Formats: sequence, structure tokens, C-alpha cells
Amino acid sequence: MTEQNFIIESKDVHLYYGKKEALKGVSLDFMPKEITALIGPSGCGKSTYLRTLNRMNDLIPDVTVTGTIKLNGKDIYSPKMDTVALRKEVGMVFQQPNPFPFSIYDNVAYGLNISGMKDKQKMDEIVEKSLRRAAVWDDVKDKLNKSALSLSGGQQQRVCIARVLAVEPEVILLDEPTSALDPISSAKIESMLVELKERYTIVIVTHNMQQASRISDKTAFFLQGDLIEMGQTRKIFTNPKEQATEDYISGRFG
Amino acid sequence: MRKMFEEELQELHARFSEMGMMVNEAILKSVKAFVNHDKVLAQEVIDHDHLINEYELKLEKKSFELIALQQPVSTDLRIIVTVLKASSDLERMGDHAVSIAKSTIRVKGNKRVPEIEEQIAEMANIVKTMSDDVLDAYLKNDSAKAKKIAFTDDEVDQHFKKIYSQCVEEMKNDTDIVEGATDYMMVASYLERVGDYVTNICEWIVYLDTGKISELNSNLDE
Repeated sequence: MTEQNFIIESKDVHLYYGKKEALKGVSLDFMPKEITALIGPSGCGKSTYLRTLNRMNDLIPDVTVTGTIKLNGKDIYSPKMDTVALRKEVGMVFQQPNPFPFSIYDNVAYGLNISGMKDKQKMDEIVEKSLRRAAVWDDVKDKLNKSALSLSGGQQQRVCIARVLAVEPEVILLDEPTSALDPISSAKIESMLVELKERYTIVIVTHNMQQASRISDKTAFFLQGDLIEMGQTRKIFTNPKEQATEDYISGRFG
Repeated sequence: MRKMFEEELQELHARFSEMGMMVNEAILKSVKAFVNHDKVLAQEVIDHDHLINEYELKLEKKSFELIALQQPVSTDLRIIVTVLKASSDLERMGDHAVSIAKSTIRVKGNKRVPEIEEQIAEMANIVKTMSDDVLDAYLKNDSAKAKKIAFTDDEVDQHFKKIYSQCVEEMKNDTDIVEGATDYMMVASYLERVGDYVTNICEWIVYLDTGKISELNSNLDE
């Protein structure tokens, strides 16, 4: 086991909201091109942990993070780290679809525009490719200039995923991306994620146990700020090591 | 929700245990009938077999329902899978009890060999103990005990071989014995199969307890 196998390595990550310790020393590594599901009851720290991976917590006042998190061997909490560049490398999708109040095209091209891309033809190609990979191209190809807000929730969420894909990230973080969607839209996003795994490393927070067991390669179980157990999903859901994991996945609490 | 599901699992467990007791009774009776040449008792085993088959169907139906509606994982899933798999083994054990009972009815009037019948009674005793013990190991979820039971299947196999060669010898010496000895061989092979099914159930108990699917006492090297 050599360290460079991992795309993300985190060691002894503590996070405090003011004085409250929300993460109590989490060490967790991620293999490239795998889907890892973070599960656990509300308030266990899984979303907080997810947000440390692209420093989204920096935006919340009075947050302190200790420990180290490395992306491709580079400390992302180093003072030299450019957080804008980091968030391109490590994109994020949220629970509520949050398209900008622009056209579908401009939503997806947003990251390319702010990075100064001028080549219109290349931009068209990237927008189409991203929408295709996000499995929403056929839904929107005839109305790219319409407002993204006119789409259904499931389509909006896939456009948001296309927006992340357009800037060619290495890692995609998803925070309960389907919990606001109907089962059909959720299923579309699930199968899309499994396809995206060929190119990207995916970390997903989910409250849906079946979703975690269906799509992820690894599962990490959090409880009260601690990482209780991390392992192969097929092992976690058939014979976990820890009783707390067993109790949670079997619906005994949470 | 969880409480309802747990009650249903408990119910499944109880029904499986009942089926196990019915099968054990069938084996006990078929063996007793064979040893005592009791045609009436043998007929009783045959008549009651459909109850065992109905139990298996009910257990299967309930298991499929729980899987579909509750999406069980880990221990819950293993409880259901164990019932599903082991109930088929129990049902087959019941079928062999019926076959032994049928031989008992047929054997009437044939020329007998008391020494071989004694051997069969001894073999039957071991098998009966195994099938009693395996139910106990299931109820206690005791994989160590299950492994031990599977091990005693060797004794059953040895008895089978001994009875087999004894029958062949007797048939060579006395052609009048051919019909009776053929039945002896068949009864011994039914008992041997029952021992194999008990071993299968032992494997499911190990799975239930540890999550490991294993092959206990493989026949490959025989």
C-alpha cells in the first residue's frame, strides 16, 4: 500500500464551530475513480466532513479546522492554497438544485467564462459534453437559451452537475443530491454517477441507505463527529465490524 | 417500524424452529418404525409429510415478503437467508424420512439380517442426534456447536460404507436376501443423505453467526 494511491488523504481532522467540536479526529483516504458514500444520522458530521474537502467551511464564520487534508499529496489547508482553484478541482453539488438565474447554457459555461475562455466553439463543445455526461442533454438541447429555473428539479440538479463537470474537476462532492427529487430523477442521477466514476472520484453524503449500497464502492459511517467504520460497501452492508454500524444500517436508530 | 420488523423476524424464527421439530419427529418416527418393523408408524410419517412441505412454502413466502418490503441488511438479511436455505434442507430431510418409512412398509415379509438392522439402528441413532443438535445450535445461534455437529457426519459416512459392504457380502452368500438387503442399502443411503443435509444446515448456522459462507466436512476427498 503506497500513499500515492490515494487521491485524497485526510488525517486527524478536527473541526470546531466556535467551541463545539463537530469532527473529532477523522482520518479517511479516498481512492481515485471510486464512489465513497458517507452515511450516519443527522448531526454526525458527515456533511461537515464533506465540506472540509474543498474548504467550503471557510465560508462559515468562527470555524477552526485542524489536522491535514491532502489532494494529490498537496495540503489544501496550506496558506498558499488558492481556494478558487481548489474548488474547481473539487466540485460540489448540493441538496437543493441551485442553478443561477441564467440560461441553461450560461449556467454550464459559467466556470469557463470566469476563467476567461473566449473560444466560442470550444465552449459549445464543453457545454454539450458536460450536459451529456450529466445525462440531461436530450432534455435541454433544444432550449439551451431558456432559463435554467424553468426546468424540473431533477433536470436542474443534473444541470448543476454539468456545471461542475464543465471545469473538469478531479473530485465531485455531493451533499444529499437526490433527497429533494422524485424516485425517477434520483435513479437517473444514480446511474449517471456510476458512469461518471470512470473519470472522477466521487464522494456522496446520503441518508438513503439503499442509494449508498447501490452505487458506492466504499462506505464510511459517521457518528457524533467520529468516523466509526470505513470499508467496502458490500462488506459494510452484509457484515460490518462495528455494532453501531450494524444498528444504523438496519434502522435501529438514526 | 423497526419493532414491527423485529416481531416479524422473531415470528419467522419461531416458525422455522417448529418446522425443524416436525422434521426431527418424522426422522425419529421413521427410524423407530424401521427398527421395530412398525408399518402403522411408518404410514403416519408418510401421511404427515405434506404438513412439512406446507411449512416450507409458508416460510419461503414470508421470507420473500420481508426481503421485498423491509430491504434487510447484515444480520437481518442473514436471519432470513438462513431460514430460506435451511428450510429447503429440512424439507429434503422430511422427504428422506418418508423414503425410510416406505422401505419399512416394503421390507415386511422379506428375509431379514438382524446384524445389519442393528448397524442401521446405530447409524440412525447418530443421525437423529445430529438433527436434534442442529436445531439446538440454530436456536442458540452457536456456530462452534454447528461445526462440531458437521464433524460427526464422518461417523455416519463410515456406518454407511460398513453397511453397504456387509449387504453385498450377505447377498453373495444368500440370494434370498437380495430384496431385503437392497432395502437396507437404500435406508442407509437415506440416512447418509439426512446427515449431509444436517451438515448443510450447520453451514447456514455458521453463516448466520459469522457472515462467512463455508463448506463444512466436504465430501470431495471421499
